[in-house]
Amino acid sequence: MSKSNVTRRGVLRTGAVAGAGLAVPTIFTASSASAFTNEPTGSSVTLGFNVPQTGPYADEGADELRAYELAVEHLNGGGDGGMLNTFSSKALQGNGIMGKKVEYVTGDTQTKSDAARASAKSMIEKDGAIMITGGSSSGVAVAVQALCQEAGVIFMAGLTHSNDTTGKDKRANGFRHFFNSYMSGAALAPVLANAYGTDRKAYHLTADYNWGYTTEEAVRSSTEAMGWETVGTVLTPLTQTDFSSYIAPVLQSDADVLVLNHYGGNMVNSLTNAVQFGLRDRMVNGKNFEIVVPLYSRLMAKGAGANVKGIFGSTNWHWSLQDEGSKAFVQSFGTKYGFPPSQAAHTCYVQALLYADAVERAGSFNPCAVVEALEGFEFDGMGNGPTLYRAEDHQCFKDVLVVKGKENPSSEFDLLEIVEVTPVEQVTYAPDHPQFAGGALGTCNAGA
Amino acid sequence: MFGLDKRDTTLLLIVAALVALAPFLLNPFPENSDLAQFNAGYPDLMQRFVIFGIFAIGFNILFGLTGYLSFGHAAFLGVGSYAAVWMFKLLSMNIIPAIVLAVIVAGVFALLIGFISLRRSGIYFSILTLAFAQMSFALAYSVLTPITGGETGLQLALDDPRIIGQQVTEGGNIPVPSLFGLEMRDSAELALGPWLFTFNIGYYVCAIIMLIAFYISIRIFRSPFGMMLRAIKSNQQRLNYTGLNSRPYTLAAFVISGMYAGLAGGLMASMDPLAGAERMFWTASGEVVLMTILGGAGTLIGPILGAGMIKYMENIISKINKTILHEWFYWMPDGLEDAMVSIVYPFIGKGWHLTLGIIFMLVVIFLPGGLVEGGQRIANFFRGRKAAKQEGKGTTEPAE
Amino acid sequence: MDAIILQILNGLDKGSAYALIALGLTLIFGTLGVVNFAHGALFMIGAFCAVTLSRILTLSHEVIDETRKDFLGNPLKVDVPYVYDWFGQETGDVIIDWAVPLSILFAIPIMIGIGVIMERGLIRHFYKRPHADQILVTFGLAIVLQEIIKYFYGANPIPTPAPDAFVGSFDFGAAVGMEAGQIIYPYWRLVYFAFAAVVIGAVFAFLQFTTFGMVVRAGMADRETVGLLGINIDKRFTIMFGLAAAVAGLAGVMYTPINSPNYHMGMDFLVLSFVVVVVGGMGSLPGAVLAGFLLGILESFASMREVIDLIPGINQVIIYLVAIIILLTRPRGLMGRKGVMEE
Repeated sequence: MSKSNVTRRGVLRTGAVAGAGLAVPTIFTASSASAFTNEPTGSSVTLGFNVPQTGPYADEGADELRAYELAVEHLNGGGDGGMLNTFSSKALQGNGIMGKKVEYVTGDTQTKSDAARASAKSMIEKDGAIMITGGSSSGVAVAVQALCQEAGVIFMAGLTHSNDTTGKDKRANGFRHFFNSYMSGAALAPVLANAYGTDRKAYHLTADYNWGYTTEEAVRSSTEAMGWETVGTVLTPLTQTDFSSYIAPVLQSDADVLVLNHYGGNMVNSLTNAVQFGLRDRMVNGKNFEIVVPLYSRLMAKGAGANVKGIFGSTNWHWSLQDEGSKAFVQSFGTKYGFPPSQAAHTCYVQALLYADAVERAGSFNPCAVVEALEGFEFDGMGNGPTLYRAEDHQCFKDVLVVKGKENPSSEFDLLEIVEVTPVEQVTYAPDHPQFAGGALGTCNAGA
Repeated sequence: MFGLDKRDTTLLLIVAALVALAPFLLNPFPENSDLAQFNAGYPDLMQRFVIFGIFAIGFNILFGLTGYLSFGHAAFLGVGSYAAVWMFKLLSMNIIPAIVLAVIVAGVFALLIGFISLRRSGIYFSILTLAFAQMSFALAYSVLTPITGGETGLQLALDDPRIIGQQVTEGGNIPVPSLFGLEMRDSAELALGPWLFTFNIGYYVCAIIMLIAFYISIRIFRSPFGMMLRAIKSNQQRLNYTGLNSRPYTLAAFVISGMYAGLAGGLMASMDPLAGAERMFWTASGEVVLMTILGGAGTLIGPILGAGMIKYMENIISKINKTILHEWFYWMPDGLEDAMVSIVYPFIGKGWHLTLGIIFMLVVIFLPGGLVEGGQRIANFFRGRKAAKQEGKGTTEPAE
Repeated sequence: MDAIILQILNGLDKGSAYALIALGLTLIFGTLGVVNFAHGALFMIGAFCAVTLSRILTLSHEVIDETRKDFLGNPLKVDVPYVYDWFGQETGDVIIDWAVPLSILFAIPIMIGIGVIMERGLIRHFYKRPHADQILVTFGLAIVLQEIIKYFYGANPIPTPAPDAFVGSFDFGAAVGMEAGQIIYPYWRLVYFAFAAVVIGAVFAFLQFTTFGMVVRAGMADRETVGLLGINIDKRFTIMFGLAAAVAGLAGVMYTPINSPNYHMGMDFLVLSFVVVVVGGMGSLPGAVLAGFLLGILESFASMREVIDLIPGINQVIIYLVAIIILLTRPRGLMGRKGVMEE
């Protein structure tokens, strides 16, 4: 691959430096010379893709990065255009963003809030990134979102499912396309009641950190509203690998449903252990014992192998969706990389496009203008049906998928089948819902 | 000068000069060149260099002098940053009270843990400190979420009281940490032709504090107290037979080094007001051990070098991606370019851990004294053998 | 009561893994005096031996099935394992199904080989160096090994199921005439426990009842004197290192059906196994085994709901809390020798 030697880094600086450098040999510029942080003045604009490249979520991060590379290609007019063709807003022309070529820098969040912030800071301070996006956990999303608010750049969250991201830790400069714990609960509960009846006793195993807490609360309150009873909840340490000592007590309780509020490696291990203990074949209170995994990730479900079969969960998006947007995205992603995209890849791709579109529509890279353009923005053709970016909390409201582990997968990617597409009305909540209480959006910060 | 002998004064002055000129030294490549990727002269990384330098200097006071290998030092850094962020939440955004409280809290915490752990020595001591740190991490991440923020880390909010400071800025945002009005994130930039240098206030605040910390560490190394600590390292039993109780000395060293860690934690929170629980995970404690050994345990400057090395890898190497590689090798014929990219690719970007592991191994295999020994070898090579024998260990004499 | 029996079983099972890893760690430490931070990586490599063998067994060629479509609408490529061609589908399935037990045979020579190469190539040069240097170099090695595995196998866990014959659970309750379905335990976990018991027994018997073992034990006690007797102790220690690597590797192979292996599973076990070794007492093999089972059982009890409700967060810290209490009451762990690694 031959490439012209384009500058990838802080074009603002290069431009400013070249100009100033010629005029006066030595000048000091205070950092508030431009209207907002990292205002792009050259012929290109730099985005920062901050994804986990090491640690347990590295594969998910790699998939996010693939999606971003695809998005950049499409924004710059390359490839088949993907979702640009199906996106309801037609502001994007395939000539970059506002005529500026899109370039990007990458960083490693390590799925640690400290490392993620360090990496985001270097993108902002060193590379002149105007927007940061990515991440595969809520801890990182919340930490980086707060940083972007402080620095005066836009943050487009990647995979983050905790209520807090657009709840108590929401920020004016941060936006989330991914769904959240509340929506998972609201979408799952009716399906579960339908499949397993309303007279059920649930036992929760919950990852002992913020995301786990909000997910347990959401699933609990919506299943209890359906008539289920919660007979036990136990918190499990993040670093736990063998869940046998948490699964065994389930045998002694009179619970007939086990809810695993776990994600990633925790989910793979707890589900595998639960199946090992024969919970799937068990009869309690005259009913078949069932297991539920509120948040599914296809990439991770693969690690649990045959154990996911028949198990309900929810997901933000799945490649088997048949709307035009999803088909276009799967087609261009699949052609480029040879396998279908994950939900993490989808949300990241969409976020990158949404940001670019907002800039086009606002006619400015100024974060405050972008915030204004995104707030209350309604769009379609991005794979989840008509979607609203709500102004009050910067959360996307769209249909949620309830899925089930497939009994007879035809390939290694074909692990989940869509059971129901829960309409957006059913998962919408008031901005002051108790599960999202506390915190304030604040006002947008353009930095500089 | 300052009560130091000539050699130490020189060392202090060299370090001071390096730190003051760091914005130039770390940005040796013009902005628009391909090598600009390797520039490290941006505020966040420079701050990290000196903050982890402080952490490693403090660790070295314990490990380098007494030989006690603490595997839980990150816990003190963690509680220090929690204390500092709480100060920002409750009192004001001025960094002075935050840093003071961070040092005090870390000191008290170190006193407590040190008092218990120092009843044992050797690996038993290491495991005790490790156990305390892991307990702190596990609890901070889960049960103590109301105090520590848990997974997301402790962060500021608009509705924090900040009794004597400003609660919300005029623009409706959370105020940023400052030193009597000097905002930590403010920078001035100097453009010299294609070069661009950034001078950040936060960095210079950290740098001055590090120089003070470094000076204190030199004084400790050269003091009778330092001699006593070295005696403990070389033969604690013999020391005990002379009727001397070594515990107060080791405990003092432990607390001092815990306070250094707390200082580093407080500074970290001052530069970036968020405290995450991962700061206390065992890998974070391991990292400071690696920094110290990598740089040269028991030497004055080694830990700072080691800290710089590891942070550089983490922040610079991890950011190189395939596109950048293709730009580096674009001048090669196509086949060769792709071959070069695929050879280098596993070692950069997501492979930065691999590079780090290889460097650990190479350094410890070939340079048992760490990077400092590498520097000495180069210096000796230039000075010629004879001179080397006379001056021998140079300015950075190991403790043993 | 049932709950307690179940947690004891869980504890024994977890303890088996801890004990096997700690045993290998202590063997290396006791014989060579080396603190091996790469031991967790050996456990991980063992697990990936199983993954590799099942990959080899399912090595396939592609057959294009025109009747079905893949996700892009192209004709589906169906992978047909070579073993199907050679042995027929039925026998082929059985072979693939038994991949994990078969990997034991596959892993032993590989692990011994890796162990010997590690000792001869690297560790040998670190006998006289300070423990801190040993930690740094083996830690570096552990990172390198795990990054190599990540490069080839990715970061996600890889499902490696047990043979069908071992899927399901054994009903203890029904076996002794109590209520059925209350005390059940997965077959494979019972297999793991039995396997650990056999390996631990074999290692002890080997050290206790063979001449080779006797020499090694003598070498552990006083290396110099044994050397003066004209015995090539170094060679035997190399073999011991290979043996320790094999024990860690086998522990990893057998662990794969319990939890899907991933590249950082070694690091997850590393800290824990060090705690186990130290609680057991540095250099004491029975101590390591005892501490492994003890901590496994206590960890299991601490994760019961009744206990967590009583003391919130106890399941997070139990191992470390117990380690602190034991080290403060028994200065050299449960069965440690005086003067080992106390400087």
